[in-house]
Amino acid sequence: MENFSIRSVQKKIKNGELHLKSIVGEFIGRIEQRDDLNAFLAVYKNAALAKAEEINNKIRSGNAGSLAGAVIAVKDNMAFKGGQLSCASKILENFVSPYDSTVAKKLTAADAIIIGKTNMDEFAMGSSGENSSVKPAKNPHNTSHVPGGSSSGSAVAVAANMCTAALGSDTGGSIRQPAAFCGIYGMKPTYGRISRYGLVAFASSLDQIGPLANSIDDLAVILQAISGNDVHDSTSAPEPVPEFSSRFSESIEGKTVGIPRQYMTEALQPEIADAINSTKAKLIAGGVKVVDVELKMLDYCIAAYYIICTAEASSNLSRYDGVRYGFRAENAKELDEMYTQTRVQGFGKEVKRRIMLGTYVLSAGYYDAYYRRALKARTLIRQDFENAFKQCDLMLSPTTPTTAFKLGENINDPLTMYLQDIYTVSLNLAGLPGLSIPAGRDSAALPIGLQLIGKPFDELSLLQTGYFLENTPDN
Amino acid sequence: MKYEAVIGLEVHVQLKTQSKIFSASSAEFGGDANSKVDPVVIGMPGVLPVLNKKVVEYAVKMGMATNCTIARHSIFARKHYFYPDLPKGYQISQFEEPICEHGFIEVNADDGEARKINIERIHLEEDAGKSVHAEEYVAKNETLIDLNRAGVPLIEIVTEPDFRSPQEVYQYLTKIRQIVRYLEICDGNMDEGSMRCDANVSIRPVGQPELGTKTELKNMNSIRGVERALEYEIQRQISAVADGESIEQQTLLWNANKNITVAMRSKEYAHDYRYFPDPDLVPVLVSDEWRNSIAESLPELPEARKNRFMAEFKLPEYDATVITEEKELADYFEKAALTSKDPKITSNWIMGDVSRILNDGKITISEFSVPPKGLAELINLVADGTISQKIGKQVLDEILATGASAQKIVEDKGLVQISDVSAIESLVDGVLATHPDEFARFKNGEMKLMGFLVGQIMRASKGKVNPKIANEILRKKIE
Repeated sequence: MENFSIRSVQKKIKNGELHLKSIVGEFIGRIEQRDDLNAFLAVYKNAALAKAEEINNKIRSGNAGSLAGAVIAVKDNMAFKGGQLSCASKILENFVSPYDSTVAKKLTAADAIIIGKTNMDEFAMGSSGENSSVKPAKNPHNTSHVPGGSSSGSAVAVAANMCTAALGSDTGGSIRQPAAFCGIYGMKPTYGRISRYGLVAFASSLDQIGPLANSIDDLAVILQAISGNDVHDSTSAPEPVPEFSSRFSESIEGKTVGIPRQYMTEALQPEIADAINSTKAKLIAGGVKVVDVELKMLDYCIAAYYIICTAEASSNLSRYDGVRYGFRAENAKELDEMYTQTRVQGFGKEVKRRIMLGTYVLSAGYYDAYYRRALKARTLIRQDFENAFKQCDLMLSPTTPTTAFKLGENINDPLTMYLQDIYTVSLNLAGLPGLSIPAGRDSAALPIGLQLIGKPFDELSLLQTGYFLENTPDN
Repeated sequence: MKYEAVIGLEVHVQLKTQSKIFSASSAEFGGDANSKVDPVVIGMPGVLPVLNKKVVEYAVKMGMATNCTIARHSIFARKHYFYPDLPKGYQISQFEEPICEHGFIEVNADDGEARKINIERIHLEEDAGKSVHAEEYVAKNETLIDLNRAGVPLIEIVTEPDFRSPQEVYQYLTKIRQIVRYLEICDGNMDEGSMRCDANVSIRPVGQPELGTKTELKNMNSIRGVERALEYEIQRQISAVADGESIEQQTLLWNANKNITVAMRSKEYAHDYRYFPDPDLVPVLVSDEWRNSIAESLPELPEARKNRFMAEFKLPEYDATVITEEKELADYFEKAALTSKDPKITSNWIMGDVSRILNDGKITISEFSVPPKGLAELINLVADGTISQKIGKQVLDEILATGASAQKIVEDKGLVQISDVSAIESLVDGVLATHPDEFARFKNGEMKLMGFLVGQIMRASKGKVNPKIANEILRKKIE
């Protein structure tokens, strides 16, 4: 497999060794060839080829943006003017966005080529990709296994070399978990680092856009291009954006990495525990101090998360009512029936389950018992991390308790499915950045992913640590 | 048994900001249906609200003008219900932490005492769109939606149940309207819906501390309408109780044509709005610095201005009240009074001739073509005796017709009052010579002929003679 990393492509095009059209052509060839993976919901073949010509010229003449040469796949929950925005849901199946998301504008401004929109769990709700109303995406390492979710198609497209990199969104692990299952890099930045304007909301206080890529280098370049405060998103942070793309390779010698003791339980697949240990050894050999830290709130994370995310989802998804756009049930005789039938027919099972849960926890008489208590737990979880970070600069943990499970294995058992998120949701609750990095394979040759957890707005340490591990061979 | 009414109000005031509360679309009233919308207003997938700071400023002004505590930290909440003209399935409002709390306004109670009406809270929210039931669509079982109004900023002013009569409500609403107009945050027109009022009313035997069952009144489109609806509803409740019926808690619509309240179709279940803090918006922070700068920008409010006009210009309370009723009129008066020689004469002119002209022409003072300085010039010409009061009225009409200054009209038309005694004497002599009979009777003590003779003198001089001097000369003739 040729190295199509953004910087190397830019260099080769500049030198005249390569034409961007041939890269786009190769990606399209692979998308068509591996149609069975169900990675994409829309492929912009002609537009991408036309754009390749233009960007190639820009690179040759030396006035191209930072993402020139990058061919990006985007999860189908981010708005691109004139393009579909289905969220893999029947309720938005024919919806065409009249506006651009902030990330769409930033990608275009940086000269990225958008190759298509990727498959996902409906409205980003799911951990396997099986909640797509269209078709389930499959793991390229073994097609009888799930690729993870909800950014399933984005992870598959990157892992199967259908694009340079992809954007996903992460509400409870939806970038990191599929990245781990597919053996690639995936980052959920700090809440507020990237504008959510134009990202279809699942749970507003948890959602965050992030990149998935085959290398830390590409991840850093993309993160650089899409980060920053945005006037269209009040929750985006006014924090300065560090020089990710030039500083990701700096040394991590002298840093302290914490390993949360509570995360290393018997439920963890032994091969993942082994991967933690060998990674720990590499870090120590590289001059990094490794310490045990306490995260006592782990047991409350899933409960707090599923109360908060369903509450917000039940509210955010109220707008899909059949009145102004999207699917509307036919033959309803009156308004209430139109609402009910539109939503019964338009939403899938998991989405309806979460709307019902969320409606329940916000109801009069239950709000205090559920929602308000979950907010209190959230505050404690945040404090738990703050305390642990007094002893370390970043943390290392598993991304998932197991490697990719089989299609159909957990789909009828929502609780087991929700436990997939045990190591990832706490970061969303605390607003912290997390990076999933590939860390070998298990005995079934399925990828193992480990998670690096950072302090707020310290994505740079995660990139640097990821880069160190990427370039340190296994013993 | 004697009953008293207990009334509380919820007043919605549309803030006249340029853009909407959470997006850049125009908040202007009217226009083609759905011409003032954008993805945020329509509630497209993925959009986010961003608070218009002007809205906060306006709400804080209203809070300050009504003696409220201004919250340093307030938050937005989502209020959920499904309705076709509510784009997101929730209204962004404030629930747990509103921007203003604990204010009051004073009214004169029926017993003449001042009564404090406590304002529980003022909160920010967005308006909904409008459902349009056009005939040809109703036939097809369809409704049209116009989202121009969706996202227009509102403040909701909620009182405690402190009113005891519809008359107090009338005063309160008049004051609220006056304040929003003084603050220039809303035009206060209830008939256009830029100010709306819902009233909660119950009755109880005088002396009973417990509240009765309340009904909610809606659909009143004037302040007078609110008063009448309450009068009707209070009588309805008293009659019902007298007949041994109990009051049902319900929402009633005021029918202004029939002067009755009509029950709305009853809801099958109570609404649970499932309020929770809006995660798309950050808390509204009003720093001391910002609050101070808003306080500094507050105009003088009606009550203060009335008192100042009484002190500074020595206006009687009646004049000061009338003149300060509207900010523009008070502004006009103040400018005119500062250049005129006599504030009281200025207020007479404004309450008299100027108001008559405004009423006749159905225009407001801001549309009145004579500038305050121009009116003052005219008033001064009357005050210093250059022209008579009567000529003054003519000159005002002439100014309106030609736009020329009072001075110029008086000069051009030779309207200067004749105050020269010898000139008036010869005029008087002429009149007496042509009316010898009347003069003889006048000399014989028929004093009522004084008026006739002065009138003849005025006619002969085309109204220019100073009537005081003419009177004096006439008197001398019979001494």
